[in-house]
Amino acid sequence: MRLPDRAIRFGLKPLVFLSSLGPFAWLVWAALTGHLSVNPLSDLTNETGVWTLRFVCITLAITPLRRLTGWNALVRFRRMTGLFAFFYGTCHFLVYVIADRFAGLDFPDGIVALSTVRNLAKSVGADIYKRPFITVGFTAWMTMVPLAATSTAGMIRRLGGKRWNRLHRLIYATAMLGVVHYWWLVKADISRPLNYAIIVALLLGFRVVRRSARKGRPEGRPLHQPL
Amino acid sequence: MLIKPAADIRSSEITDRKLYLNRREFLRAAGVTTGVAAAAATGVLATESVLHAAAQPAPHGRKLPNVQKSRFSASPETDKPNKWEEITTYNNYYEFGVDKDSPSMLARSLKPEPWSVVVDGECAKKATWTLEDILKGETLEERIYRHRCVEAWSMVIPWVGFPLANFIKRCEPTAKAKYVKFTTLNDRKQMPGLSMPVLRWPYVEGLRMDEAMHPLTILVVGLYGEVLPNQDGAPLRLAVPWKYGFKHAKSIVKIEFTEKQPLNSWQEEAPSEYGFYANVNPTVDHPRWTQANEHRIGEFFRRKTLMFNGYGDQVASLYTGLDLRKNY
Repeated sequence: MRLPDRAIRFGLKPLVFLSSLGPFAWLVWAALTGHLSVNPLSDLTNETGVWTLRFVCITLAITPLRRLTGWNALVRFRRMTGLFAFFYGTCHFLVYVIADRFAGLDFPDGIVALSTVRNLAKSVGADIYKRPFITVGFTAWMTMVPLAATSTAGMIRRLGGKRWNRLHRLIYATAMLGVVHYWWLVKADISRPLNYAIIVALLLGFRVVRRSARKGRPEGRPLHQPL
Repeated sequence: MLIKPAADIRSSEITDRKLYLNRREFLRAAGVTTGVAAAAATGVLATESVLHAAAQPAPHGRKLPNVQKSRFSASPETDKPNKWEEITTYNNYYEFGVDKDSPSMLARSLKPEPWSVVVDGECAKKATWTLEDILKGETLEERIYRHRCVEAWSMVIPWVGFPLANFIKRCEPTAKAKYVKFTTLNDRKQMPGLSMPVLRWPYVEGLRMDEAMHPLTILVVGLYGEVLPNQDGAPLRLAVPWKYGFKHAKSIVKIEFTEKQPLNSWQEEAPSEYGFYANVNPTVDHPRWTQANEHRIGEFFRRKTLMFNGYGDQVASLYTGLDLRKNY
């Protein structure tokens, strides 16, 4: 498929951007107008978490789709979807900090106090240390931080394409940790995390298959293209 | 921007025939992958029900006659009862799906009338009791109880019911009856969630005899003075307010007196996480989350969880000498 550059830049990109903001806008609207369930804090936590995983999967799907369809312009959306994964992941983390940690604090000196900040940091730290599925979730979010930080064209140039590509394979870890985090928190019905496990396995499996298919190619050819 | 095409093709870059054929295989594999991915995506859409139907509060039911106040009710100053809408749209009732709002949408298929309960095991009055027989001679009381879920959320619920002890006495248990086992309805026609093998059906719960005979333990038939809504376990459920919610068997069809401790469903599912006793205990954490505090539905700040859910004065003596850390 060939689209003129202008159609992508001024048509498709803003469209993808706005639709990616859709879940966020919906959540804010629903929370403010009482359209969530009677446990809105849990809804916000779950929805932001699931959308993080969805955007990680979408980002990981771009390269396979590009290879299969030959539509190379797809890669121009990868930074955006990746940053949206980071955006939803950050929302997820913040909702957890506020609804799960801050809401459970004692406020010996009132809410607006230095001790509140200290106790909150302690509470988050202890929780990440103590509860394995929180440890995994937090690690998953952490793996996205350097990717978001190096997402600009300037950073790609500074790092060099090869090193940048290698660094950005961290998203494979993000995806796997995200699935483990999800799997670990459900009580009995694993069908939803199982879906994501299958999708992530396929997306990563594609890369493994492709890599082994390319093994045996003549030495010395640089692996410029990210898998 | 990343990929600089080479100006010309070096001989080393010409793909040999073998690799070329591999490529075909690869493309075939890729086709299969796409198919599987499409199937997976469909699966996601199906199980996540992206377009969530809205939760529906239960319609109001028949008013129950002559409901008495009870001295066991929580004080409204510290524990304001949750709203009807909250109590009937936020339910863990896996027989109607695993989402909190799915029972509110799916439980309409339950037929709570007519209803009967099989009484069996170590007792004299083994029989099938109709709900009318069970209720005969009982004075209904409103019991406003704190309800604490093992998932660390809680509500305050104005149940209507009567002491389970009254009914147990009428069944005349023998000296061998050490436990009472409760079984929930297991009918796929009425309960769509049963087609998912989430737990081993039917749902089973149990109490030690002294727990079952305790005056706080009630058989519930109503909510807010009305007939119990389906999503809350109609027409007959347990309330054992010092225990986690999963001990409160719903839509009970069988009551059995046993000598051996029954294996309750959640213990069977994950014995390291859910025990037989399941007493609310802020000092014994669930392996994956804290039980020290709880989210009271309708509030922002979390509340400290109280030992035995605040019913320690009445029930702590049941457990003297029992290691509650081991018997969680």
